[in-house]
Amino acid sequence: MENAFTIAAYVVAAILFILSLGGLSGQESAKRAVWYGIVGMGIAVLATLFGPGSGLWLASLVLIAGGAAVGYQLATKVEMTQMPELVAIMHSLVGLAAVFVGFNADIMINYIGNLYETQGLVLGAVDGDGLVIGLPKEAYDGLSAFGKLIAKKSGVEIGILRVELVLGIWIGAVTFTGSVIAYAKLAGGSSMLPFSVDTGAKKLPGGHLLNAGAAALSVLLLIVYLSGGGSWALVLLTLAGLFIGYHLIMGIGGADMPVVVSMLNSYSGWAAAAIGFSLGNDLLIVVGALVGSSGAILSYIMCKAMNRSFVSVILGGFGGPAGEQMAVEGEQIAIDADGVATALNEADSVIIIPGYGMAVAQAQGAVSELVKKLRAKGKNVRFAIHPVAGRLPGHMNVLLAEAKVPYDIVMEMDEINDDFPDTDVAIVIGSNDIVNPAAQDDPNSPIAGMPVLECWKAKQVFVSKRGQGTGYSGIENPLFFKDNTRMFYGDAKASLDKLLPMID
Amino acid sequence: MKIGTPKETAQGENRVAMTPESAGQLQKLGHSCLIETGAGDAAGFSDADYESAGVEVVKTAAALWKAADIVAKVRVPDESEMKKLREGQTLISFFSPVADEAKMNKAAEKGATVIAMEMIPRISRAQKMDALSSMANIAGYRAVIEAGNNFGRFFTGQITAAGKVPPAKVLVVGAGVAGLAAIGTSTSLGAITYAFDVRPEVAEQVESMGAEFVYLDFEEEQQDGAATGGYASVSSPEFREAQLAKFRELASEVDIVITTALIPNREAPELWTEDMVEAMKPGSVIVDLAAEKGGNCKLTVMDEKIVTDNGVTIIGYTDFPSRMATQASTLYATNIRHLMTDLTPEKDGVVNHNMEDDVIRGATIAHAKDVTFPPPPPKVAAIAQQKKKEPAKELTAEEKAAQEVAAFKAQTKNQVTLLAVGAAVVLGIGLIPGMPASFMQHFIVFVLSVFIGFQVIWNVAHSLHTPLMAVTNAISSIIILGALIQVGSSSWLITILAALGIFMASVNIFGGFLVTRRMLAMFQKS
Repeated sequence: MENAFTIAAYVVAAILFILSLGGLSGQESAKRAVWYGIVGMGIAVLATLFGPGSGLWLASLVLIAGGAAVGYQLATKVEMTQMPELVAIMHSLVGLAAVFVGFNADIMINYIGNLYETQGLVLGAVDGDGLVIGLPKEAYDGLSAFGKLIAKKSGVEIGILRVELVLGIWIGAVTFTGSVIAYAKLAGGSSMLPFSVDTGAKKLPGGHLLNAGAAALSVLLLIVYLSGGGSWALVLLTLAGLFIGYHLIMGIGGADMPVVVSMLNSYSGWAAAAIGFSLGNDLLIVVGALVGSSGAILSYIMCKAMNRSFVSVILGGFGGPAGEQMAVEGEQIAIDADGVATALNEADSVIIIPGYGMAVAQAQGAVSELVKKLRAKGKNVRFAIHPVAGRLPGHMNVLLAEAKVPYDIVMEMDEINDDFPDTDVAIVIGSNDIVNPAAQDDPNSPIAGMPVLECWKAKQVFVSKRGQGTGYSGIENPLFFKDNTRMFYGDAKASLDKLLPMID
Repeated sequence: MKIGTPKETAQGENRVAMTPESAGQLQKLGHSCLIETGAGDAAGFSDADYESAGVEVVKTAAALWKAADIVAKVRVPDESEMKKLREGQTLISFFSPVADEAKMNKAAEKGATVIAMEMIPRISRAQKMDALSSMANIAGYRAVIEAGNNFGRFFTGQITAAGKVPPAKVLVVGAGVAGLAAIGTSTSLGAITYAFDVRPEVAEQVESMGAEFVYLDFEEEQQDGAATGGYASVSSPEFREAQLAKFRELASEVDIVITTALIPNREAPELWTEDMVEAMKPGSVIVDLAAEKGGNCKLTVMDEKIVTDNGVTIIGYTDFPSRMATQASTLYATNIRHLMTDLTPEKDGVVNHNMEDDVIRGATIAHAKDVTFPPPPPKVAAIAQQKKKEPAKELTAEEKAAQEVAAFKAQTKNQVTLLAVGAAVVLGIGLIPGMPASFMQHFIVFVLSVFIGFQVIWNVAHSLHTPLMAVTNAISSIIILGALIQVGSSSWLITILAALGIFMASVNIFGGFLVTRRMLAMFQKS
């Protein structure tokens, strides 16, 4: 079905994709790497359009152009703070596309089967030499490229094909609903969806049993489908996948969303790889596997950063506390912009710890302005970024980059954690769990053992925070009650705007 | 417990180990405080001040030594004080276990506990009790002030109506605590300040204080200060030659030299030789903070100020902290108070002399009738090892090789296990009866791609995880190929589904790549 030229083009595209991922090892080479990806995608699409996909090439081009227009709109309009949502919703598109392509494969198998029957033959039958008994030439030539591929397969191959497409459809379905729910949770109030979703961890009664039940049902349906149960089994199986995606992600709290997004990213890759198997398309397999493994590693890196096992994140939220959590003593002492400004004017070294709150309040510009002013006065100002700050891995880096904060003062947790004792002022802007000392002090805390930024070791800590409530995970933070901590209440952006003119 | 502070007996010693303020803090720990009458007079604290802080004023030294469970003082006790020291009593003071070895042995014999302030380990936790540093800080500051007192010119350069005044040039040798304090004082007075130290890693600290670090033209791997607890060690003869040559070069230029080079438990190294003194301009000043240990300049006379034939003043005072007795006493008393806080963990006035504690163990030189000097090396390294291009020298070549071999073996074992499991799985799939070869061909491609993915992604920078996600999201829409292949089908249902697939995937392709480019364009260096 694929001529030699197409396959050659696929090889080039595959190499470009690998270079594209590998190039992300540095900020400068990353800019080049994106172009590799774009060119690779262009080559792949063009080669397919001229080769096996030439059937309705004009319509395809129109559709691609339409998609391009929508994609352009989405990508240029989106605020950098909404990046996690955008990535999540785009994953859902890949998932849904995988479901469609998988269904198509099933329809095509049935169609070819019927064709064989009308010719008085059986699809997949083999002759004595193990060769497939094919269709008469005129019937074969009338088929599309994909049809021809199926028509050549033996019974065993058709069986494997069905397993592959079921996998593709099922993973695609999980990815689709999962991504939609993740989007709704991340977008919160600004969601474009007609329904709203609670950002906390919510499970239907039955919890994990329900997930396990749906998974078991899926396996059962797979067996029914393979033994000739027909397309209804496939539809039910898709519904089971959709349910699992929905229920699995509903059960995971917003704080774990970075892991979820990268996990869904991984799923969309595996779905593409499974579809690649069923279509016999090597490029799909290669890219699907690349995306799948990269998402899996990212999830793993992040889980390690939170000191949690991947399984416990996936199976929903924080496990119940093992014992009584330490009661927090003391009170939260508030401070106004004047006090913060005085401390900043006197400080020599400042470390800023941004979190999701900064993204929500769109305060990165104000933060950048503050840093510029402080640095102009010769103060040593740096950023400390926790690996899971924000709702997407590297979320804070992107926001700070947008606000033109030079990336060489943006430090990782391990680089900067030892410097807090020598720091005059630490400013926590909208982060909570990642600066929670309970992770080190309280073995019964749900986040016990998670590496945190030890900002309380700085001489003075200011926490910019909306109000006295707990963070996303609902855990009380003893940092806010420490002697050297002052709470700077209010919307992060409004607070910083008030602060800026007082820095001189 | 009763903590008592006698009047210092040494001639010219103005400091006192307890201030009214520190006494108040000690009482909060549950202790009661005693002081000998007149002990704080020279440091500016009257008996009345102590009394109002709740301190009992005792008439004589003898009565105080008798009543106190813990005696805190500044200088090492003299012979008569050693006689008053009794069994079960704790003495806290400066006490050199090398120079005063006899006294240490005697104290141990008596069954008294001695905590030597010199011996407080230099770890972060113990900085609050590090009396050597707080005294050195004062000495460094005072050294510049004394130098200025004997120097006939301004420190800062000025252009006045009455003519131009060149700025003074100050050279500080040895950038320890005293050296850094001297650098800070000297630069803030406006002098051009140079500093030298045998530990190259302090160059950064020197420069942070505003002085210029004098680099030697010398290729030798200096021992990292971290290996010796942050103190300087003895240098090689070649290095010394290079160093002296550099000083000779500077001698005719600088107006003020402040030497602070000390090596623990050794005579001070000679760094400023007679010919350098001769080369200096008349009116120049040398302050030798190492005078007590023989001086960095051999012309230095301990505790005296001399003027050489060519008009160079050499100051050899050893009592700089005592010359600022109020400040020195406040800092020293605070150091002692912090030490007591560590000794009284429950804040109930009961001393728990925990010999497992690095700091307490390190500083205790006599305890329970035993001499407990030298202490075992602290469990916490004093300063983090400086990063070096070459691996640390402590390891012998064999140890290093053995370590490498072990690490390599562990890695190999890991890899082989993974490979074996992976190979078994792949082979197992291949062995399933009836598995068609066409599937296996695709399967190989799949396995290789997963492998490449794993290899490549580990190198992605942390800050680029979001762009990575956006890129992988964009390229996961490669699923469009499947839809493109199917769209030309004769079945309308397939065509419609495939068309939808193409549309959605292309939204993703363009959206994903555009967003990634937007993000990456924002990353910029300062």
